[in-house]
Amino acid sequence: MNIALLLEMAAEAAPDRVGLVCDGKRWTYGELLAAARGAFELITESGAEYVALLDESSEAALIAVFGAALAGVPYCPLNYRLPDADLGALLGRISPALVVGDEERVLRVAGEQGHTILSREEFSLKAQETVPSEESREYDPGEGVAIQLFTSGTTAAPKAAILRHSNLLGYILGTVEFASADEDDAALMVVPPYHIAGISALLSSIYSLRKIVMLPNFSPEGWLTLVAEERISNAFVVPTMLARIVDAMEKGFAAEVSSLRAIAYGGGKMPLEVIHKALELFPESGFTNAYGLTETSSTVALLGPEEHRAALASDDPAVRARLTSVGKPIPTVEIEIRGEDGSVLPPGEAGEIYVRGDQVSGEYKEKSALDADGWFPTRDAGYMDEEGYLFLSGRADDVIVRGGENMSPGEIEDVLLTHPAVADACACAVPSVEWGEAVGIAVVTREGHEQPSEDELKELIRGRLRSSRVPEKVAFVTELPYNEMGKLLRRKVKEVLAA
Amino acid sequence: MKPGTRLKSAACDTEVMVIRTAGGTIECGGAPMAEAEPADLLPLADDFSAGTLMGKRYVDADGKYELLCVKPGKGSLSVDGVALVVKDAKPLPASD
Repeated sequence: MNIALLLEMAAEAAPDRVGLVCDGKRWTYGELLAAARGAFELITESGAEYVALLDESSEAALIAVFGAALAGVPYCPLNYRLPDADLGALLGRISPALVVGDEERVLRVAGEQGHTILSREEFSLKAQETVPSEESREYDPGEGVAIQLFTSGTTAAPKAAILRHSNLLGYILGTVEFASADEDDAALMVVPPYHIAGISALLSSIYSLRKIVMLPNFSPEGWLTLVAEERISNAFVVPTMLARIVDAMEKGFAAEVSSLRAIAYGGGKMPLEVIHKALELFPESGFTNAYGLTETSSTVALLGPEEHRAALASDDPAVRARLTSVGKPIPTVEIEIRGEDGSVLPPGEAGEIYVRGDQVSGEYKEKSALDADGWFPTRDAGYMDEEGYLFLSGRADDVIVRGGENMSPGEIEDVLLTHPAVADACACAVPSVEWGEAVGIAVVTREGHEQPSEDELKELIRGRLRSSRVPEKVAFVTELPYNEMGKLLRRKVKEVLAA
Repeated sequence: MKPGTRLKSAACDTEVMVIRTAGGTIECGGAPMAEAEPADLLPLADDFSAGTLMGKRYVDADGKYELLCVKPGKGSLSVDGVALVVKDAKPLPASD
């Protein structure tokens, strides 16, 4: 089974329907499939073992995904924000590749590695001009790897996570009804092409025949303008993007957003304040919080639109708290919370999140992380409530172990964020002679407020949590370090607190 | 037969991709399906003429067989004479 099937079926059912809008140019499904078949020729001729993309989102990303799939080589989009040395090292791990995108940079950092390099324009043009040499060409059966994504490598060297055709098709066929989108539906894509959410959005939009509109460079004004111009119906954003969109709207940037039926978000923790404001500013939109990992082919749990509105309207603290959950497992996967000894934990108890299902690859180029029964240990920590709602409390590696007691940074941060003068907060482990580790916190003071005293914050935590959670070290910072996807870089905060 | 194999109907335009199989005879319109293009179309069996729909998955009661219709036609699908039924996707509230 090859993921190219998704585009083949779209082109078979609706060859003349517009499937992609990018930089003002419109591509029909028929044109996209023809270009993917042309790309197959280019890839095969080049002798490449990988197809890499070093570029922002464009039609080239879509053509490369399916061209690589047809040719049976893994597609490997790279993070163009990486420093030269890191990028050169990653390119060295996928040589020889057909690299699409920033020619000058590839030559500079990996010029000796034997890659074939094409700019975005060259690749797109050649893929369109190349007509398959014979009618009944044999395409790859799709038994191998479709996508290889390097993890962000915040703790160690980036790992090469691999997704097989069967994982991705398991996800799409299990969760998307073919051709289910209306002809005027349009999905706005702003996540970079090297993120799993960007890839799953491409696949699910194509299979549902929902037009994809790409916005390669995010700005809140650009996003709102495009929503109005293209009558966008569906959009996925990371929390920092939604925060900036909300901010722009509050500052008076107006746009017609009534077409926006569905706004999905994920990829990092959503501040409660932002989602509250967004629910008010987009009263007609359904909000979905999606939780997933690269290794699980994207989404494994969801908090849906009704659950958002119900939580907002409820007086029950347990129901209100669901706005901070990532919802329930999707019907096609299983989720368990396990303790350190591997036993399955009851509701309310925090442990490591395990996932199982067809879409879960849990596989790296070096080895598979699945256990004997097919469960993938996510290294994310969390718990489920009585109703089955999943709450995340950070990475398992971020747990603070003070004198044998495990503490999640999330619970401490949630308490700090209830202080009116605290705009943002991060808790992490600091070395302690007495306890091995203790709690350190970095706090951002809210604009227009006076900086709270250390004692005040300590008292706040002592009053709400156990005394072991009271921080030994407090730092006030102007902002916390996030990566471009809105992930808090705790490692950097640790460095600040250790200094 | 491997998952991913494409089979063509001998009685109509239907084409399916095999997702799961267990060794029985996969039929459409009452006639066995094959990888090769049929030379001449056989007549449709009356009991298997309800048609196939593009993008639908067809399964048996035991979950041993699963076929994805990649080209629709007038015949309907069966394994060893037992009709297959449609399995619906479980659409998510637009997560991506």
